[in-house]
Amino acid sequence: MDKQTKGVLFDPLFNNNPIALQVLGICSALAVTTKLETAFVMSLALTVVTAFSNLAISLIRNYIPSSIRIIVQLTIIASLVIITDQILKAFVYDVSKQLSVFVGLIITNCIVMGRAEAYAMANKPGISFLDGIGNGLGYSMVLLLIGFIRELFGSGKLFGVEIFQTVNDGGWYITNGLMVMSPSAFFLIGCMIWIIRTVKPSQQEKE
Amino acid sequence: MLEHYLSLLTKSIFVENMALAFFLGMCSFLAVSKKVETALGLGVAVVFVLAVCVPLNQLIIVSLLKEGALAWIHPSFATVDLTFLSFLVQIGSIAAVVQVVEMAVDRYAPALYNALGVFLPLIAVNCAIMGASLFMEQREYSLGEAAVFGLGSGIGWAMAIVALAALREKMRYSNVPEGLRGLGIAFILTGLMAIGFLAFSGIQL
Repeated sequence: MDKQTKGVLFDPLFNNNPIALQVLGICSALAVTTKLETAFVMSLALTVVTAFSNLAISLIRNYIPSSIRIIVQLTIIASLVIITDQILKAFVYDVSKQLSVFVGLIITNCIVMGRAEAYAMANKPGISFLDGIGNGLGYSMVLLLIGFIRELFGSGKLFGVEIFQTVNDGGWYITNGLMVMSPSAFFLIGCMIWIIRTVKPSQQEKE
Repeated sequence: MLEHYLSLLTKSIFVENMALAFFLGMCSFLAVSKKVETALGLGVAVVFVLAVCVPLNQLIIVSLLKEGALAWIHPSFATVDLTFLSFLVQIGSIAAVVQVVEMAVDRYAPALYNALGVFLPLIAVNCAIMGASLFMEQREYSLGEAAVFGLGSGIGWAMAIVALAALREKMRYSNVPEGLRGLGIAFILTGLMAIGFLAFSGIQL
């Protein structure tokens, strides 16, 4: 693997994380993270959609008139999301029920659109595909981390398997109710950004 | 009947606030909330787009996509179920409405147009619009309910972004740790606001 490929694939993980630095795709990142399972399925779906939308848009990038490119991109992304949604409904129906509207919201997830506009429109198909996977992984990493913390401390489980035996089941762990509610996701992401920016001062905002 | 609509309105504004309970429209929520004035402008635009789009999508889904909706063309169409196309159709109609709003704002309020910048066309991909639309489809609202729900979610979102912008304007006078400045503290503030809004949960009129 040469240097450029490596950079495209792994930069979005830490140096240029789509959620923490580019502030893209936060909408769904918060809502599906109460459980690790939904977070996992969601990240998988998003990575696949980003990669293939980048590939498809990059393939036809020289034929898209720039005045209607947004609608062309949206159509491609929406078609991919429809396919993903149908597959999820067919194979993991329970999870798809829990994700409810958030699968459909991948269409409006800024990561997909942002990468199509910023990268796929100007680069070759192969490298655009990798860029999609890289950014999908960056998103997945944040989602899984937050899902991990919220499910572990919120209900003492991971992937639905009991880790801390809760008081209700006769164990010792008193669940943290805040973790399963929405505000905790904001606090966790806020703290995560704080940590990343303390480690990498170049990302700090000057006001 | 009126009570039902009122209850739905308050529910969509406070209890199920698009931004603070469902995290929808977060990208522009965090990016445009630096000044109250621009936040208010975007808020109004979102209210308008939501109030138009949600009932419009309801009409499209019920009269074109639902199974049996096309029976008026020919009896053989009675079994056609096009609901799998709903994502595509909804995003299309949203994009069209946003285009109209963009042209109207450009013509009548150029200052606001410049202030909102790229975020005006981006309303099309604002998750709050698409999200409200999808919730409407999932909960099978009637046309009247859809109109009330769209309006209510818009007002709730606008209120949240204006409140956050006002808080962030005040934040300038406080000494925030360096790594937390900007985006980080905005997240913490939103979290605190979400806790406040939790107080509304369970309220029914």
